[in-house]
Amino acid sequence: MSPRALFDKVWDAHVIAQEEGSPAILYIDLHLIHDVTSPQAFAGLRESGSKVRRPDKTVATMDHSTPTLPVTFELRDEMAWAQLDQLKANCEEFGVRLYAMDSDKRGIVHVIGPELGLTQPGLTVVCGDSHTSTHGAFGALAFGIGTSEVEHVLATQCLLQRKPKNFRVHVDGFMQPGVSSKDLILALIAKIGVNGGTGYALEYTGAAIRAMDMEQRMTVCNMSIEAGARTGMIAPDDTTFEYLSGREFAPKDDAWDAAVQKWRELVSDPEAEYDRSIDFDAANLEPMITFGTNPGMAIPITAPVPDPKENHSLIPTAALEKALAYMDVAPGKPLLGHKLDVVFLGSCANGRLSDLRQAAQFLKGRKIADNLRMLVVPGSQAVKHQAEAEGLDRIFIEAGAEWRQAGCSMCLAMNGDEVAAGEYVISTSNRNYEGRQGVGARSFLASPLTAAASAVEGVITDVRAYL
Amino acid sequence: MKFERIKSSAVLLPLDDVDTDQIIPARYLKTIKKDGLGKHLFADWRYSSEGDEHGDFALNQPSSKGASILIMGVNFGCGSSREHAAWALVDYGFRAVIAKSFADIFRTNALKNGLLPIAIDAETHAELVAMVAANPEAQLSVDLDDQQLVLPNGTTLTFPLDPFSKRILIEGANELDYILSFEDAISAYESEHD
Repeated sequence: MSPRALFDKVWDAHVIAQEEGSPAILYIDLHLIHDVTSPQAFAGLRESGSKVRRPDKTVATMDHSTPTLPVTFELRDEMAWAQLDQLKANCEEFGVRLYAMDSDKRGIVHVIGPELGLTQPGLTVVCGDSHTSTHGAFGALAFGIGTSEVEHVLATQCLLQRKPKNFRVHVDGFMQPGVSSKDLILALIAKIGVNGGTGYALEYTGAAIRAMDMEQRMTVCNMSIEAGARTGMIAPDDTTFEYLSGREFAPKDDAWDAAVQKWRELVSDPEAEYDRSIDFDAANLEPMITFGTNPGMAIPITAPVPDPKENHSLIPTAALEKALAYMDVAPGKPLLGHKLDVVFLGSCANGRLSDLRQAAQFLKGRKIADNLRMLVVPGSQAVKHQAEAEGLDRIFIEAGAEWRQAGCSMCLAMNGDEVAAGEYVISTSNRNYEGRQGVGARSFLASPLTAAASAVEGVITDVRAYL
Repeated sequence: MKFERIKSSAVLLPLDDVDTDQIIPARYLKTIKKDGLGKHLFADWRYSSEGDEHGDFALNQPSSKGASILIMGVNFGCGSSREHAAWALVDYGFRAVIAKSFADIFRTNALKNGLLPIAIDAETHAELVAMVAANPEAQLSVDLDDQQLVLPNGTTLTFPLDPFSKRILIEGANELDYILSFEDAISAYESEHD
């Protein structure tokens, strides 16, 4: 057999059929479900009299429209509650395991999959959510799908899929203090553009990736879709196995040893060919921040905002002008010192324990500035409880931040956690689109450390000044 | 839903990298239905905070009423996987989107809802934009059988579409039935791997 990349190995192992001119029929090992993109799929099953083919390979949670504060009857959002009730009813009717509002295992779907050991190397993982690429950090082939496809997978455990091309992102060098995997992925998206990965499966390789822990790797893979790639993968290694060992749904005892032996084969062959390849040096990276209205509009924190009059970036000039007008930021100078109203720490990009620990370590003994409010939303209830066991909640609260229940929250602002029109938010989430975090809200994406330092100063701040 | 031949004027919104949060903001995703989303299409660009239509927005132009073709720029539909974006476009009345390129998930979602994504090269795109800008009533036509797009000036071009998607659109067929026709292979795979 000719040399194959990691992606090809996992893809080939799951193709059930492939007719000439048609997409492949791909078997799905793990189907994750959430409140927002599943109701119409279950309705479709009901209409056609179908069952969920493999409830044992299907896991549901509530994350997108869930409140992060205790809900009083007067304050509840009836539509959101009806949607959550519908998910509960659907899961009961079709026999799907659900981590509902009262579950300690509930959380953002891309946080709980890995945390419970459901996400494993070599699996195909899908979810009606574009950030499913997160699970690629384990060497899984994971991608977001639409609701029609959710229905297909529920009914058949299969998905029609065209094989993407291969794109290797090789990252050598070691990141400087104050620079994180969030900065790396923002720099990559800025370099290749928000559609630079369209039609490709990304594979991240190199010493900088190997040096990352699993949570950092998840941040990188999470934002593959922000470069247009539905999936981004990292070959599993000892770091991966160590993370998975002992987790609830990870194999145990002899099955564990056999699994690890099999997982070790999930690496790209040395001679594997890629349709596209780029090299990246992590040692030169600075903390990154976005200035515009998509994640590709990112710059090193000390660099000037691009000027549409001398636009040397990948960003189309009209889009750049529109973004600067929406953001009301000045071209030609850095964002350092720019005013802020809100700080959001959370999301499937940066709402894991290590993200909270980093921010808390910085905030310990410090206060956030008077001019802003800060929301800390753990990625899952398990993250929340562990953070509380470590006293991180006290640090955040004493610093002046709000400590909330797990959920997607202000990342997409459909649960009531939102930024007011015209306000500026520095956010550890993954999207800074117009209105994403509230109608008229203006978002700056950054790492947890940059967000924490900026919270203390009250303006956009280079965390390296503190190191 | 079978795809019929289209002859229509077009709505011109040739912006690049328009994401699905713009097509339909997240606050409208609390529905458990597919229909009725057309009124929220491009909501934050289309309406003021009081709910009044912005007169200068493309969808609110008199010439846009009844148009079933939308012209966008590069990378249309990037971002979230929400199929609500395709549902909203279809519910509004669009049957085809012409763009320089499409995001992968959006393209898949569109095809599953009878919405035809037509990718054209930058040069033709610029000509088309100029023609429609000069005459918003200008008629375009789309023939799926021949994979042909006829521009207002009579220029005819062939657009790419894979044979599988074309068949699904023309026959109004259900992809689920296609997958189900491989039941034996699925069962065999499961008994080998479980």
